[in-house]
Amino acid sequence: MTTNELLFLVFAFGLIAWFVGRARAASFISSETPIINSLPNYHGWFASLWAIIPAILFLIIWINISPALVTNMVLSNPDAASVTADPFTRSTILSEARAVANGSSQVLFQEGSEKLVPLYKAAQSYYNSIAFAATLLLIFAGSAYAYTRLKPDFRARSKVEKVVMFALLLASLIAVLTTVGIVASLVFEAYRFVTLVSPFEFLFGTNWNPRDNIVAGEDNGYGAIPLFWGTIFIGAIIAMIVAIPFGLMSAIFLTQYSTPRFRSIMKPVLEILAGVPTVVYGYFAALTVAPAVRDFAVMIGFSNAASDNAMAAGVVMGIMIIPLVASMADDSIAAVPGAMRDGSLAMGATKSETIKRVLLPAALPGVVGGILLAVSRAIGETMIVVMAAGYAANLTANPFASITTVTVQIVALLTGDQDFGSPHTLAAFALGLVLFVVTLLLNLVALRIVKKYREAYE
Amino acid sequence: MAEQNSQSDVSDNGTGTHKITARNVNVFYDDKQAIDDVSIDVDMENVTAFIGPSGCGKSTFLRTINRMNDTIPSARVEGEIKLDGKDIYDASMDVVQLRARVGMVFQKPNPFPKSIYDNIAYGPNIHGLAANKAELDMIVERSLQRAGLWNEVKDRLSDSGTALSGGQQQRLCIARAIAVDPEVILMDEPCSALDPIATAKIEELIHELRGKYAIIIVTHNMQQAARVSQRTAFFHLGNLVEFGVTSDIFTNPQKTRTQDYITGRYG
Repeated sequence: MTTNELLFLVFAFGLIAWFVGRARAASFISSETPIINSLPNYHGWFASLWAIIPAILFLIIWINISPALVTNMVLSNPDAASVTADPFTRSTILSEARAVANGSSQVLFQEGSEKLVPLYKAAQSYYNSIAFAATLLLIFAGSAYAYTRLKPDFRARSKVEKVVMFALLLASLIAVLTTVGIVASLVFEAYRFVTLVSPFEFLFGTNWNPRDNIVAGEDNGYGAIPLFWGTIFIGAIIAMIVAIPFGLMSAIFLTQYSTPRFRSIMKPVLEILAGVPTVVYGYFAALTVAPAVRDFAVMIGFSNAASDNAMAAGVVMGIMIIPLVASMADDSIAAVPGAMRDGSLAMGATKSETIKRVLLPAALPGVVGGILLAVSRAIGETMIVVMAAGYAANLTANPFASITTVTVQIVALLTGDQDFGSPHTLAAFALGLVLFVVTLLLNLVALRIVKKYREAYE
Repeated sequence: MAEQNSQSDVSDNGTGTHKITARNVNVFYDDKQAIDDVSIDVDMENVTAFIGPSGCGKSTFLRTINRMNDTIPSARVEGEIKLDGKDIYDASMDVVQLRARVGMVFQKPNPFPKSIYDNIAYGPNIHGLAANKAELDMIVERSLQRAGLWNEVKDRLSDSGTALSGGQQQRLCIARAIAVDPEVILMDEPCSALDPIATAKIEELIHELRGKYAIIIVTHNMQQAARVSQRTAFFHLGNLVEFGVTSDIFTNPQKTRTQDYITGRYG
């Protein structure tokens, strides 16, 4: 029996256990005991979960260990003694024989694998029958145990509740565990990078010119400062010069000046803007804004302006971020108690004086938190800078020059051939780790500020 | 109308001029009428109390006097309210100036999340009342002294206004209101969030302030109205039922609705 069939079996028995448990509970209800502790459905679920969960846990473990068990059994057979000891050839032979035994392949290439096929078949059927027996045993043991527990005063409801809680906990852990896994892989590869290239050179060097292989005498720079600078220049400086004033002003207009009707239209529109795929902003930056910026730069005397320039990418990124800043600022301004505003207006302050002197100072922490979140979003943004900012690692403050960012270089390093032994590929992971740490810190600080501020008024 | 005649009898201060004269005021929230044809006069150096059950419109009417109802989009005011003979709803009236002349203290203390000093200095700053720092310091000190808060806070003017106790916060708000030298002070249930001791301090303060301003206080508490006011207006269901000298209202009400309310029959 394959694992799928076993799974089907488990769930079929689970269903049966549900009906049996439910019927059993229903039989408790009589004229003497008109009310039992839990509704019959809960008894059904209790029985069903006991039938399913142990068997499923067994199957999960089994899937992981059975291939090794099968291989061991095959190799312990005297017929397999002749298989070569070279690990690489050996594993090829074994996997070939396994594929043929499973029926997923017809052809044999390696010498010696042919005689392993019947061994594999025998071992697999042996272990399959063990799995089948064990599964059945667990199903019956589980459901029998559950069945004996069912009584009129049995609290099936709270037992099922515990399982529900556990299932929800598991679901919530998936995101966390994935993050941990990502971090682990980043750290692992970044460590390998650091063994090849000095971390000091990487973090503080100013020459970025990665090559596939380090060759003596050639220019092989892994100094990431130009990348960090480009990221900050585009994401945290140019983009924020655009996003902060426009985002703040639109938030002020929406919360303080617009009619409720206008606000009810504008807010969803802003949110739609936030949902535009970044690649679309990328087109806009590369095809419309960048040439215009270059023409403008040439006009005002920057004859060396590049067609892919920091300005275009930064401005478009800023536009992309406006809804984020606006919505965070909107939230924090709206969270300032109306009594503050009334108090100021009742003193004879105008609307704009009230906003400038009372609402914005009170909302400032929330606004700053929003801006930090926006920065962390901007420096992690990839598509716009790939399309509009270019690949040249220039360390320059000229906004009309071509500049590159961390994300662009990660894309460049991982496009094409990858060799996990060379610093060329591994550098992408080191860059990713730096980016991850920086955005994580920004997010932490931002969330802390926002949270602290919210507590102040509740 | 007999009701209005009796009002003008008791509110006539002999000179025929009043600080505030309201005539036939109606207030609507969308289509719902909150104030129905209210006429009232308020004099300087007087405390006028508005009493009545919840939802009777007394706060709404109070907020028409410094046009705070303008901040509520659905509110609409009809009729005439004059301050020193000038219609405050006239297009020529600058609402910012009006609110500087008619200050307001709210139900819940609402100091700004700034220092005590900056809370008081806020109004003088936006209206340009102080030419320099020394003058501003003086205004702050004088306002706090008048609000009876100076001795408690003089050593910590840079602390946040929100760090004070509830009663101190409310006195800070009163100090903030008088820092811009208003002529009228509106108080919307200023003691409803305070304990009895803090309430007694505010009432004492109202007594002292009375000599310089026209004070209108909205209150739920009839004893408070009797203690602090010279004139009392009883509102019910958006109508001004009775308006007169406080002692008359409480000892010899003319209307059965007033009598029923002050004797605790409803409300």
